[in-house]
Amino acid sequence: MSDATEDIPEVDYVEGTGIPIRGNDIDTDQIIPARFMKVVTFDGLGEFAFFDVRFDDDDNQKDHPMNEERFQDANVMVVNNNFGCGSSREHAPQALMRWGIDAIIGEGFAEIFAGNCLALGIPTVTADHETINALQQWVDDNPSKEIEVDVAAETVRYGGNEANVSVDDAQRQALVEGIWDTTALMKANRNAIEETAAQLPYLDQTRSDIEADD
Amino acid sequence: MSRGTLYDKVWDRHKVTTLPNGQDQLFVGLHLIHEVTSPQAFGMLQERGLEVARPDLTHATVDHIVPTANQDRPYADDAAERMMAELEENVRDAGIQFSDPTTGDQGIVHVIGPEQGITQPGKTIVCGDSHTSTHGAFGALAFGIGTSQIRDVLATQTIAMEKQKVRKIEVTGELDEGVEAKDIILEIIRRLGTEGGVGYVYEYAGETIENLDMEGRMSICNMSIEGGARAGYVNPDETTYEWLEGTDYFQEHPEKFEDLKPYWESIRSDDDAEYDDVVEIDASELDPVVTWGTTPGQGIGIDDPIPAPEDLPEDKQDTARRAQEHMRVEPGQSMEGYDIDVAFLGSCTNARMPDLRRAARIVKGRQVADDVRAFVVPGSQRVQRAAEEEGLKDIFEEAGFEWRNAGCSMCLGMNEDQLEGDEACASSSNRNFVGRQGSKDGRTVLMNPRMVAAAAITGEVADVRDLKEVALQ
Repeated sequence: MSDATEDIPEVDYVEGTGIPIRGNDIDTDQIIPARFMKVVTFDGLGEFAFFDVRFDDDDNQKDHPMNEERFQDANVMVVNNNFGCGSSREHAPQALMRWGIDAIIGEGFAEIFAGNCLALGIPTVTADHETINALQQWVDDNPSKEIEVDVAAETVRYGGNEANVSVDDAQRQALVEGIWDTTALMKANRNAIEETAAQLPYLDQTRSDIEADD
Repeated sequence: MSRGTLYDKVWDRHKVTTLPNGQDQLFVGLHLIHEVTSPQAFGMLQERGLEVARPDLTHATVDHIVPTANQDRPYADDAAERMMAELEENVRDAGIQFSDPTTGDQGIVHVIGPEQGITQPGKTIVCGDSHTSTHGAFGALAFGIGTSQIRDVLATQTIAMEKQKVRKIEVTGELDEGVEAKDIILEIIRRLGTEGGVGYVYEYAGETIENLDMEGRMSICNMSIEGGARAGYVNPDETTYEWLEGTDYFQEHPEKFEDLKPYWESIRSDDDAEYDDVVEIDASELDPVVTWGTTPGQGIGIDDPIPAPEDLPEDKQDTARRAQEHMRVEPGQSMEGYDIDVAFLGSCTNARMPDLRRAARIVKGRQVADDVRAFVVPGSQRVQRAAEEEGLKDIFEEAGFEWRNAGCSMCLGMNEDQLEGDEACASSSNRNFVGRQGSKDGRTVLMNPRMVAAAAITGEVADVRDLKEVALQ
């Protein structure tokens, strides 16, 4: 079968209520502790997002935005700098997505994390420190009001404010045009793949067939 | 834009096309897989009715969850057993070579690739593990990927990526006694920041890097990601070629060695290559580095005072305050004398033969402090065997260390090797994140392997230069 016709949604726009997660250098071990990765699917990871900062040893809730009633329906996360650093585990954005997050606005993202988000169709848009601070404060004060993340126009609108944000060029194009699931896209270039491989001196050129499966 | 660097050349050789989204499609020369990040990718492939395109360019091992004490199957931990069984099934169905523990070739994925000679200069190498940057030590372009990208690579042997900038980090000066590659990279991360490398690939150059053995170069490239750089590399040279010549692949195919050498030479960065940024580091000023906080960028020389948060750049202050509270350290103190409960000598950063050898010279004839549990987890079964043959196992065991089987172990606490409660650990690994070693109250102090040995012996963070080294044999 071929998945070339698979319908990949365009993510040019996300709207919803926000949740602020403050702090620089929030690593993926914090987002999803390693012990929850002893699984062979991503199902059910949502409830373990930020587990160790949300619960104490006796599973009592700690002070954390994700435990607050007013943020339970949030789908736009507002974070600070170098968010998602450390381990490449896609379990981290998978856990956030399954908790309910559809878009993340931050001062900066670790590269692998941002790439993983893109592969899931989650925009990671950036803005400067002041903009993020102001937005986090606004979300705190207005947990039930909507934020509009316009990926195509690179703006975020909230409570009558409009802030300019940046979306990496390739990410924007991929999301806006619905070409963020790259498997089918790349598989279609079979001939070009073979040609590239044939030019690589380290490959055993006696075995040059890229397997076709459709 | 960089020009004429190894990165540019290897990128161009592997570029298939530019995708409609603006990313480049790159051919992947070697895809390494392990049990934690690959099962979901195989699942996605199955859902789409796709097969593994190039099993011949894919290589598997088991490292993250593998027990390092009792490895009898089924594993005592059901979840670990399930993950192992899933990997076995996936590689069997796809016809992927698997360095499992019965082969004698198993180990941490970033240790076994170089050992077997499948890690080579000028290859693109990916793995669902952020420390894939390790392979850059050989002049490969190597980086970590997520599970959806693993799916892409399994299905197409290609990956969608954007080209990054290149920062040359030129390290000069002779290393002081007790100072090694680990200290250089901790200093680089401290200076450039944990996010300083985002958007960059790091080229490590200069006489100090050139004088390092391959293991030292691997320690440095390994931690590129801790500085935010997804990939880091060293240009291949005679040291690289000497290593390659001794590996399985080139022992079995000696003709390939001569065939490929011109390619390896051709991908070295040109003398007049252009970089997006150049940073110079004088390594002769370095003391052994230890971390005082909860990011790898929070390092200091062993004698230096822990910085006051308010003396740091504004964006580092909050992280520093929280880190000092977690670690229970005060500004102005040094880390020397910080009590430790556990000493962990292992991980893809520092668990190769020279690492263990150097640590053994400190340990020999001494005893692990009474209240410290200390253990050595070799990076691979080959390292383990070589160390046993060389008598290192005996040295460690006589001193009171536990000698384990190969795996990731307490670097990330996914098997039974974990910190308990608020234990403090002197660790030769790469991350001191809160909770990283299996306990959310655990405290990790990163350092080089000899410093771990010194900490195990003294029961506290210590300056290894105060302990005399003992000749081996």
